[in-house]
Amino acid sequence: MEEFYHALKVSPKACTGCTHCMVACPTSAIRVRQGLATIDAAACVDCGMCLKTCQRRAIFVEQDDFNRIFHFNHRVVLLPSVVLGQFAGEVSEEQIFAELIAMGFTRVVETDRSVDILAGAMREYMRTRPHLRPFISSFCPAVVRLIQVRFPSMIDHVIPLKQALDLSAIHARRQLEEEGVPGDQIGVFYVTPCAAKIAAIKSPVGEERSPVDGVINMDFIYNKVKMGLTRKDKTPLPRDAGRGYLSPEAIAWTLSEGEASSFEGRCLAIDEIHNVIDILEKLENDELQDIDFVELRACDHSCAGGALSTNNRFLVIERLRSRSKASAGRPPEEDEIGKHAGFLREQVLLPGKITPRSIEKLDEDTLVAMEKMQKIQRIMSIIPRVDCGACGAPSCKALARDVVQGKAKLSQCTFMQKVLVQEGLITPDEAIEIAENTWGKNRFNHHK
Amino acid sequence: MEFHYHIEGGDFSRAGSASSEVKKILKQLNVDPRVIKRVVVALYEAEVNVVAHAHEGNMTVTLDPGSIEAVVEDKGPGIADIDLAMQEGYSTASPRVREMGFGAGMGLPNIKKNCDRLDIKSVVNAGTTVKMTTFFTG
Repeated sequence: MEEFYHALKVSPKACTGCTHCMVACPTSAIRVRQGLATIDAAACVDCGMCLKTCQRRAIFVEQDDFNRIFHFNHRVVLLPSVVLGQFAGEVSEEQIFAELIAMGFTRVVETDRSVDILAGAMREYMRTRPHLRPFISSFCPAVVRLIQVRFPSMIDHVIPLKQALDLSAIHARRQLEEEGVPGDQIGVFYVTPCAAKIAAIKSPVGEERSPVDGVINMDFIYNKVKMGLTRKDKTPLPRDAGRGYLSPEAIAWTLSEGEASSFEGRCLAIDEIHNVIDILEKLENDELQDIDFVELRACDHSCAGGALSTNNRFLVIERLRSRSKASAGRPPEEDEIGKHAGFLREQVLLPGKITPRSIEKLDEDTLVAMEKMQKIQRIMSIIPRVDCGACGAPSCKALARDVVQGKAKLSQCTFMQKVLVQEGLITPDEAIEIAENTWGKNRFNHHK
Repeated sequence: MEFHYHIEGGDFSRAGSASSEVKKILKQLNVDPRVIKRVVVALYEAEVNVVAHAHEGNMTVTLDPGSIEAVVEDKGPGIADIDLAMQEGYSTASPRVREMGFGAGMGLPNIKKNCDRLDIKSVVNAGTTVKMTTFFTG
């Protein structure tokens, strides 16, 4: 199987193997080995729960080196609306845009400017394929990955379209090329509120490569803008820094209900990954009837609650909502992107397939899988079922599964170790050695 | 391999939990997702039938490498006319049950549609046994 890029990384210096992330992970992708949290690339969906749970900031989002933007003569920054929500009301959009130019970008493009085109394409997709109801949005890359690994039977319901991020990147590039800039001199960089969008750009699902050249973390940009604002308080702002018209719908698109409120029929908006899992279970069981569209976002309160959001999510929502209201009060303007609407609509469909890659199956062969399941049942009947995590797995069930898959030893269970020592099957020293494999060498030194 | 689940009559809040458990097992066994869907829909309907009509019931699921057999056995009013109950839209569900969104009379027809073999035995005022078999490969 191909390798999946994940932006979530563990810092060996900061991680103490405390198990918080391991327990929080919705796909059981984390184990503690040698005293460190380790993430299984096949199971991780980049939802960022581990990062949000980590109390030691040991999990971080790997980003591209900012200076890479200077490899290009024309440096486009793609800005999702939530970036503006990071700042308090007194920092104007113009100031933020000006700071982005001051730090080195040559053009600021709002990601959500292609939302109206995308919403139209989604409407058309759904209208022409009623047999694929309920439709599931592919907005959130963590959700798409979650469906691939845990709900492969729902893949056909996912609307296989590119997202506003891709369309705006394609458009920005096209626009510059029409202005006579050679393609290799254009660098398009996205400011991301989460780890999932980075993974979606580095290893896209359903397309060969992303139109985005690099990704920069939102908290990094936030700091840079803040720093710039303190330095040159009084510098005049360039009035035209690339701001175009955004419809009220486009501004609110990344917020919860952003998509669901844009479509006809019975539409649900669900945010936070456990809520998403719950609704996918129900949809998969056919327990919910007559649903037309579901908007699923991995983060609590959607992108406003992204792992790289620095501001309180409710304040982010407040700023975006008031911007959306202000836009609703103005007559819609002809946006430059409208000229390329036809061109963008032509390539909105993902060229490739969203492939199933179940992490649930114990074996390809059902017969072998059944044997393994029986072994798991036997193990479950002798281990304590307290889910203490001391074996380095998130639950007794997960350990049992790891054991039959050859990824762990039953003796990692601390209860089992005590039994083994008592029966003289292993020495106390050996028991320490086993524990050291989970919790790290020398972990027990100062107790000896 | 056998799995047992208890189903409580009248507890709509838990209806579907047994079929959800079976779904998780079938996913681990790498059964075709389309087959899983059929099995789960049939089991869910059978489970809801017990919740809506009976006092209590048990689901026994037997798995072998090529098929799944589920027997749902309940203590309850039984079905007086099975042929009639098999008709779409026919229901004896109480208004209270219908208010909760159940009792559309699609239960048994839906089960029939979603399993390969269906065997229903019922004794009025004693209970009903529904045996469903589905093969993993067409």
